[in-house]
Amino acid sequence: MEQEIVLKKQRQGLSFLKPLIMKLSPKINKGSLVSFLKKSGITLLSVLLFIGLWHMGAKALYDVEAEYKIEKALAERGQEAADAERACIASGDSSCQPNTLPSPSQVWASLQSLIADHQVITADKAAFVEKMAATNAKLIAQGKDAIVYTGRASFLDIIFTSIKTVFAGFLLALLIAVPIGIIIGLSPSLRSAFNWFIQVFKPVSPVVWYLLVFMIVKTLYIGDSSDNAFVISFISVGLCAMWATLVNTAMGVSSVDKDYINVAKVLKLGTFQKVFKVILPSSLPLIFTGLRITLSVAWMVLIAIELLAQSQGLGLFVWEEFQNGANDSNSKIIVAMFVIGIIGFLLDRFMLTVQNMVSFNKNEAV
Amino acid sequence: MAYLELNNVCKTYGEGEEATEVLSNINLTMEEGEFVAIVGFTGSGKTTLVNLINGLLMPTSGEVLFKGQPVTDTSHERGVIFQNYSLLPWLTVGQNVYMAVKEAYPKENKSFLKKRVDDYVAMVNLSPAINKRPKELSGGMRQRVAVARALAMNPEMIIMDEPLGALDALTRGNLQDEILNIWSQDKRTALLITNDVDEGIYMADRIIPLKPGPNATLGPEFKIDIERPRDKTALNDNPNFKKTRNAIIEYLMDIGEERKSVSQEEYALPELAPKSFVA
Repeated sequence: MEQEIVLKKQRQGLSFLKPLIMKLSPKINKGSLVSFLKKSGITLLSVLLFIGLWHMGAKALYDVEAEYKIEKALAERGQEAADAERACIASGDSSCQPNTLPSPSQVWASLQSLIADHQVITADKAAFVEKMAATNAKLIAQGKDAIVYTGRASFLDIIFTSIKTVFAGFLLALLIAVPIGIIIGLSPSLRSAFNWFIQVFKPVSPVVWYLLVFMIVKTLYIGDSSDNAFVISFISVGLCAMWATLVNTAMGVSSVDKDYINVAKVLKLGTFQKVFKVILPSSLPLIFTGLRITLSVAWMVLIAIELLAQSQGLGLFVWEEFQNGANDSNSKIIVAMFVIGIIGFLLDRFMLTVQNMVSFNKNEAV
Repeated sequence: MAYLELNNVCKTYGEGEEATEVLSNINLTMEEGEFVAIVGFTGSGKTTLVNLINGLLMPTSGEVLFKGQPVTDTSHERGVIFQNYSLLPWLTVGQNVYMAVKEAYPKENKSFLKKRVDDYVAMVNLSPAINKRPKELSGGMRQRVAVARALAMNPEMIIMDEPLGALDALTRGNLQDEILNIWSQDKRTALLITNDVDEGIYMADRIIPLKPGPNATLGPEFKIDIERPRDKTALNDNPNFKKTRNAIIEYLMDIGEERKSVSQEEYALPELAPKSFVA
């Protein structure tokens, strides 16, 4: 019984996959199948309900906008223009479509067009590489830089850039926050010395962090014409997101169970041993809780920071589509919104799984 | 020269007006190879006394001498079995014991350490559970791991702080026998802190009651003149056992009454606030 409970907890992080795992496993009993159908049925139903509400909302907004356009044509240019406008909207011609919240089907179409666009760009790139292969070989032989593809990025490239930025920022946060957290957790005097620093900088907004990092990196890269948007954005993301890890690590290290400290003393462990064999293992669960928060904060601030830093990621994509104002811009923004949400969800689940793996409180049966 | 000596030991927590004297004027001498039990009410300062002897705490005044030397730090010579087992939950049984053995024998090679771990885990009958983590074990098994961990370091003296307090009666009886077995094999000096008079009489050579704190101090000692090995079932009919038991319980009841009559005044509870998240 206990084993069973433990196993359940162990899979907590990926529990949303459990119905799927159960479905795929060869030993399906009737009970689990029924509960699977019930569970996934409810999820499916809520998704359908959401899409339905969305569709109706979008339709209502569309009608409001369309009505306004026709009224306006009527007031300004008379009955004939109003009829022409109505016919134009009804025909679905792109020149006179109301620009409002896109409907689910428009968003779906945009997603497909983005994927198609990705395939076009990939083909383009491959063609470019093939075309330039001979030239590049010659250039490299002469000791010059090869010519690389500099066309626009596809949607998948953009997603990849964002993920890369988040992980670089997360790694930076980890490398800064965990060691400092351990050190200030171990020493009460250092903790009080750092306390004001943490309290003051923790609430600073991502935008301000970006400006601060920009000031510094700009000077460091002075005279260098290469693109530093990626560097600026990942450092800003890291600095914004590291606070949760810093605070949690310091708290975990400083609040190690007194019993464990007594054990370390009675066994006469050296300082190094005490830190690595007793204090760190016992604070790992809290450190990982901090890292999980850090990763989700990093993903959240990323969008704003990419927008500011002009880094070719999802943030910039959203902003450019908004500025662009094309017919399908709004639906592309919604596509990006879902992509951001789903990736954020997956990242969080990933961290939860890792967290459960290192947490000795939940994960005993290994 | 006594093996362990406590001279006028006082321990105060807090400072200035807030200070509470937990232990006052503790005097205790133990000879080598002796088994002494200290019995007392919960909250009478038993754990503080243990921590003074094992070196986790320093006395506010007075001195603790171990083999004639003042105790200034913990030592591998004094093994401790804690009240709440204090096993490291992220390590397996074997790893918990290994950690202690490695510290006690820093110069030995790995196979020696491994063998010693296996031996001591086997001694407490936990070989099948050597790769399990503490959470998977029952209370009695965990306490046996703690016993194995303390003994595997080969201490000269074993200090036990209510080691069996959280166990059920049956497990408790078995572990008492196991501890006595180990103790009698090489006659280590042993100090047992307990709240169970019967346990004290069954295991120890001498029983010393601890008057309840604040200002806890040791009462008169009771010698247990019962032949070893003692038989738990026969003990109940032993007139010596009955006499000693009654004397100790009477004494404890008396000081319990005394405490009640003294502590009529109301104590103000301290204002406690949750700990700050960062500092």
